[in-house]
Formats: sequence, structure tokens, C-alpha cells
Amino acid sequence: MTTPFSRRFSAVRRRLLGGMTMVALLSTCGAISSLAAAPAEANTIRAVMHSGLRVLDPITTTAHITRDHGYMIWDTLLGMDDKFQPQPQMADWAVSDDGMTYTFTLRDGLTWHDGGQVTAKDVVASFKRWAARDGGGQMLMDHVASVEATDPATVTLTLSSPFAYVLELMAKPSSVPLFVMPERIASKSPGETLTVEDQIGSGPFTFVADEYDPGNRVVYEKFADYVPRDEAASWTAGGKVVNVDRVEWINMSDAQTALNALNSGEIDFLESPSVDLLPVLQANPELTVEKLNELGSQTIGRFNFLYPPFDNPEIRRAALTAMNQTDVLASLIGNPEFYTTCDSMYGCQTPLATDAGAPETLATGGGTEAAKQMLADAGYDGTPVVMMQPTDAPTVSPQPVIAAQLLRQAGFTVDLQPMDWQTLVTRRASQQPPSAGGWNMFFTNWYIPEVWNPLVNPMLNGRGKDGGWFGWPDDPELESMRNQFAQAESDADRKAIAERIQRHAFEQVTYIPLGEYSIPAAWNNDLSGILHSPVPVFWNITKFE
Amino acid sequence: MFSYCLRRTLAAVPVMVVVALFVFLLLRLSPGDPAAIIAGDMATPAQLDRIRETLGLNQPIYLQFFHWAGELLRGDFGTSLMSNLPVTQLMAQRLEPTVSLALLSIVLSVVVAVPMGVIAAWKHGSLIDNAVMSVSVLGFSVPVFVIGYLLIKIFAIDLGWLPVQGFKRISEAGFVPFIRHAILPALMLSTIYIALIARMTRASMLDVLGEDFVRTAHAKGASERRVLFKHALRNAGVPILEVIGTGFALMITGVVVTESVFNIPGLGRLTVDAILSRDYPVIQGLILVTSGVYVLINLAIDLSYALLDPRIRYQ
Repeated sequence: MTTPFSRRFSAVRRRLLGGMTMVALLSTCGAISSLAAAPAEANTIRAVMHSGLRVLDPITTTAHITRDHGYMIWDTLLGMDDKFQPQPQMADWAVSDDGMTYTFTLRDGLTWHDGGQVTAKDVVASFKRWAARDGGGQMLMDHVASVEATDPATVTLTLSSPFAYVLELMAKPSSVPLFVMPERIASKSPGETLTVEDQIGSGPFTFVADEYDPGNRVVYEKFADYVPRDEAASWTAGGKVVNVDRVEWINMSDAQTALNALNSGEIDFLESPSVDLLPVLQANPELTVEKLNELGSQTIGRFNFLYPPFDNPEIRRAALTAMNQTDVLASLIGNPEFYTTCDSMYGCQTPLATDAGAPETLATGGGTEAAKQMLADAGYDGTPVVMMQPTDAPTVSPQPVIAAQLLRQAGFTVDLQPMDWQTLVTRRASQQPPSAGGWNMFFTNWYIPEVWNPLVNPMLNGRGKDGGWFGWPDDPELESMRNQFAQAESDADRKAIAERIQRHAFEQVTYIPLGEYSIPAAWNNDLSGILHSPVPVFWNITKFE
Repeated sequence: MFSYCLRRTLAAVPVMVVVALFVFLLLRLSPGDPAAIIAGDMATPAQLDRIRETLGLNQPIYLQFFHWAGELLRGDFGTSLMSNLPVTQLMAQRLEPTVSLALLSIVLSVVVAVPMGVIAAWKHGSLIDNAVMSVSVLGFSVPVFVIGYLLIKIFAIDLGWLPVQGFKRISEAGFVPFIRHAILPALMLSTIYIALIARMTRASMLDVLGEDFVRTAHAKGASERRVLFKHALRNAGVPILEVIGTGFALMITGVVVTESVFNIPGLGRLTVDAILSRDYPVIQGLILVTSGVYVLINLAIDLSYALLDPRIRYQ
């Protein structure tokens, strides 16, 4: 029954509800009326990198985003400039006349983010952890008798046998640079990953632990006590002068969202825009679109040497002859402005670049008929090639599709198996036969600094099942030549040995280089001073208000 | 009522145990190796073994399970293999964006969809009914990311009224920044639920509008609005409430596309990231919490039936 009171109450309630609705509407209108998209704050660079940061240990992982994070908060003992030359960074060095003793002297003013001086003991611990993990470091350690802190600012490295590549390995910018960490942190096993509490460095930025959201957002602040070198910045060498207060890396998994955010001024820097969206960015006069990593990346195909059919070098050569870099790159990148064919296993813009041993058909194709004949001569019995295709990784998904077709045209039987990238990463470590969960061929990409000489290029490792990279070629001759390269004293000798190595590697088809590509970065014109470098760095950048 | 709640809650325990066991085994038996993901491209077999040993992944599966279950009983969901942070901390960081977005979306959906459904049923067969049903079919049919991009194009890029991406926590930034960032994703997310709830409301109302008590209410001289909203809607409310409740649970767990399009750091993206990186403790924690949310929401729906229908009593 409805009473007069309840009717009055209902009326009051209706008015209240109406009022609340109006308030909500007005709030929304008020929100909408302030409306211009909030610009990125001055003195803060908001950047979208190529992926989200999840692992915080640049020694344990070779993930590029973790390496880039490393450059923000840790300094390196040496740097490398754009002439490919090692340069002093935290330390200068002297080499004994016999080339067997290297003395590194720390410069003044190196302090940790939590206070205290950087000492030689920190360097020694960091060196040992790095050398235990990095492929180049391991090779160096085969020639090292001792590495010691001979006084608080001096580290002495003594070789047990000649090795001419000490400085180049210690200065290499990727994939595992020699970051210097406090001794208590660097003493951890390389299998034990660093935690949030371990993010203490002496580099130009500090890590803001409270704002860290793994896979989503990481924040750095300028390290006020950092003393940069006086030289001009060049790649990872020279003065790391920080001109902004804060850098935020925001992960955006959706390429279109990142593009919209840059176009609207909500972010300042986009490291790796999707290639098909580049024309949209290039059409915006308020943005700069430019290649920062001019060396780019090399895309490659790798065989499993343990099982048929690719345990037979003649069949590997037939597969190499059937390949066509142009087809692969056109499918992978599309726009020829951003890719180039390249016959060099060391990259085509590096001091060791050479086309020695590369078949003429590699760049543009035309080897199908020859490959058919080679396959027949090799007695190929139709054993299927188990080729892994990661469907969720756009930068490695097209290569197997094109390669499978090229191999089929040449007479191979190809079993193209789609999977996600993480499954591929797990499966490629399997040394089981392809029929029991193994594989015959997969594809991946490398930054050029990760392949630019025979010591760092993992595909040129010939140590077989126990010490080699996935595919495991057992090639003592290749190893012998790599050792000769490590001991060569002149650039001319190195170049000659590198050519011999490449010729041998093409003859054995250690792997197939499938060309190079370089994707430009894009940034708001408010930013200036962005360095061209094989790794993205945030020093030297000024943001105009 | 209390004993009913207690029984329902206790009945959820075996469900959760089965979910925990199933998820644990499924993850361990599916391909993928967190050690290989952490180590990256250049790792040697020895280095991978060292990482597996550090993470405890080289132990037999049953030992890993008992270790995890033991921690779980102490309220510890474990530590992320990738970030080395507690799983509870990771989930807590991502909870507010997802829950606030889901709440806003469900309120928006109910406010729009229920009147739409009621009116469509009231004007059954009319132009309005057809229009509501057409909008509903459209809401079902158009992929949510298309709606998201359209909203961004119109309101963020062309009109410049709203940000194109990101999220501001109401707890930190306040209501206005929150609503500016959340309104477009909420609209995107609610589209399909508006369609669903409107259709369900219409169907339930059509069933009820033919009942004797509705005719009686009309005969007593009750206004059309009173008949529709007080008599008919309340009796048609049970299935509608179920759709709303289930929709809310789905929003909590299924907002990954919306979170990606608008770059919202919520539970959906955390789940996908964890799956892609085979971060076992995070995946296990998320699925357990999700299952718990489903159980609780279903319980809440069941209990709310009594509010709508006095004939329903829980013993």
C-alpha cells in the first residue's frame, strides 16, 4: 500500500537521484571540457621501447630491453665509439709491451647511487660475473691468468696466452656489455637474477624502485652525482651528459596505440614503430623519423647439424643455393628503404664486412635449378625438414614461410610447424631427433654488434654439442681460425682471417645470413641531441619546454 | 542464510584445489621453458641448467607442486620467475585498473541496457523494438577493438577531448583524471554487455508481461511506468541479474583486448605477459584468484535472488 509518506519519500528520492545524475553528468562534462590530451611533462622523457622490462639482470639475460636498462643505471668500464674503437669510460688503460698485461685505472668521481666510491674490487667482481656468462668473455677467460685489484683504483688483467681482442670484447656494446656493479651484487652467481633491491649502479640514471611495474612501466631519474667524461658522446663512449630530470619507459603492446600516443604528444619517443605505420608518423611535421641504429639487424637461418638432412654439408649447400634474401626481406620488412641484401656474415657496414664465399644467388635468388641438381647429387632421400615458425613474433614469422617455399621449389620436403616464440626458444635447445621433439631449421635476428666479428658471432662457434650455439656444428677448423683471429695483432691480419672464416662458414653453411634491416625510431621535435648508436641511450638528449 | 553461505564457500574449496592442480600440471606439461626465456638467445645448455637449478625448475614436478601448495597454504602465491617480485605485489599493482574499469563498465551497461530492454519489450514489434534489437546485434557483432579504435579516432584524435591511452588511478589522481582515461575503455568494454543485457532484459520482460499479475496491475490502474519497472522488471530480474553478475566476472578476467588498445596496466595484460613468458607462479596465482572471483560472484548472484524474489529462501 502506498502511503502519503512513502509517496513524499519517493518524490524526494527521485529528486535526489536526479540531482546525483546531474552531478555525475556535470563531472563528466567537466572532465571532458579540460580536454586537450595531457602533454608529456617537461624534463621528463616518456619513451615506448621495443618491449616491456621484466628481467632486471643484464648479465643473466641477453634480452635487449634488459641491456638497454643496464645502460641507464650501470656504467661500463670501457665504451665503444662510432669508429668501432674501444674508448675509456669508467677507466683508462695501459698495455704492457709484450701485450700480456692490461692495467685499468678508474677515473675520479665514480660513486654508487646509494653512496660510496666505486673501487677496483667492484670491477673485478663484475668482470668475473660477466666473463662467466658472456660468450666473448668466456673465450677471453681461456686466455686469462688472473684479474686482480692491485689497489683501490687499479685492476690488473694478466693473460696466460696472447689474445689481441681484450679491449674490443670488454667494450662491446651488445649483447652482454661489461657493466660494473657493486661487489656485493656482482658476487651473485650468473644463474641468480638480480632483484629490484640490486638495481644500484654508478651510471647516469637511478632506478626508481617504487614506480617499477614489471612489463608495464619503469622510471629513471637523473643521478645528480654522476660525473660525465669530458669527451663528446659517441655510441657508448664519451660524456654521458643527462639534460632531463626523468625518463619513463612505458610499454605499449599495441603498435597502433603507441603511434596514437606519439602523434598526440602523450609520449615523446617511440623506439621501434611498426613498419607499416611509418608513413603515418612521417606525415606528421611535429615528429622526426630517423634511423638511430644505422647498423641494423641481421636476419638468419640456422640448421641443426646433428640430424638428417642437414648433417650432410652437400644438402646444406643446396639449401643455401636455393635461398633468396630479397624475397625474405620483402616479406619481412616490405619497404626497401629499410632493408638491404648483404653477403657478409659480419654485417655490411662493419670493418670486417666481406662477401667472401657467398654464392652469387644469395642476394637476389636464381639458384633453384642449381639447388635441385645439388640435392640430387647429394642423394637427398626426401627426409622432411622440420622448420619451426613462430607465429606470434612479427620479426621472425615471415622468414620460415618464404624459406619453406624456396626449399620446396628446390625439391626439399618441408614440414613447417607453427608455434609460439617461447615454444620455439625451448624446442631449439632440444638435441633430440626432429621426430622426437627436435628440429631441423629455425630463424632469428641479431643486432649487428652481436655478429660483427668471429668471436662474438654465436653462429660461428664450432664447439659442437657441448659448447656450441643451437644447431651445434662441431668444426675444429673453424675454432682454430677463431683462435687465430683472437691472436692476430694487426687489422689487416684480422681482416684476412675473418675472410677465411667466412669463406669456410659458407662452404660448411654454418648458417645462412638473410640480409639486414634497420627500423627508424620516431620522436617528438621537442627532443634534440638524440644519439645515433647501436643501442638506444638517453643521455645527451634535451627536451624543450 | 549464514549456514548456506558457509556451505557454498566451503564447497568452493575442492573446486579451487582441482583448479590449482589442473593449472599446475597444464603449465608444466605444456611446451616452454622460463629459463630459456630469461637467459635469452645466447645461452648455452650449462647456463640454462644453472638458471633452472636456481629457480627450482630442475626438481621433480610433484616436489615443485608440494612446495608451491605449501607456500599457498601460508598465503604466499610465490615469486615471479621473471621480475623476482612477489606475485601478490604484481597482482595488487594491476587490480585497481581492472576492477575500476569493470565496475564503471558494468554500471554503464546496466544504466543503458536495462531501460533499452524494458522499452523494447514494452513496445514489442514496434520500430523502437527493432531499433533496440538492431543496436544489440551490432553490439554483439562488431569486434570490441574496432569500437575502441573508432572511439579513439573520434574523441581522442579528431576532437582531442580525451587521452588516447593510459590509466590514472582514482586512488592517486582523483575522479576527473580517472574518468578522462577510463570513459573510452569503459564504453568499448560495455558495448557487448549492453547488447547482451538489453536482449536478456527484453526476453525476460516479454515472458513476464504476459502474466496475470501484470494484467491485474493494469486493471488496478497502475501507471505504465509503475507496471513496467516495479511489477514486471522485478519479476524478470533473476536472469538479468545472472547475466550482469557473470558479465562482471568476465570483465574482470577478459579485458585484455581493451587493456591493450588503451594501454591499461590491468590483470588482463599481466596474464598474457605471464603466459607468454611462462612465468608459472604468476599464471597460477592469477588463475586461482580468478577462480575465486568467479565463485564469490556466483555466490553473490545466488544470494541476491532472494532480494528480487521473496519466494526464494536459502536453507
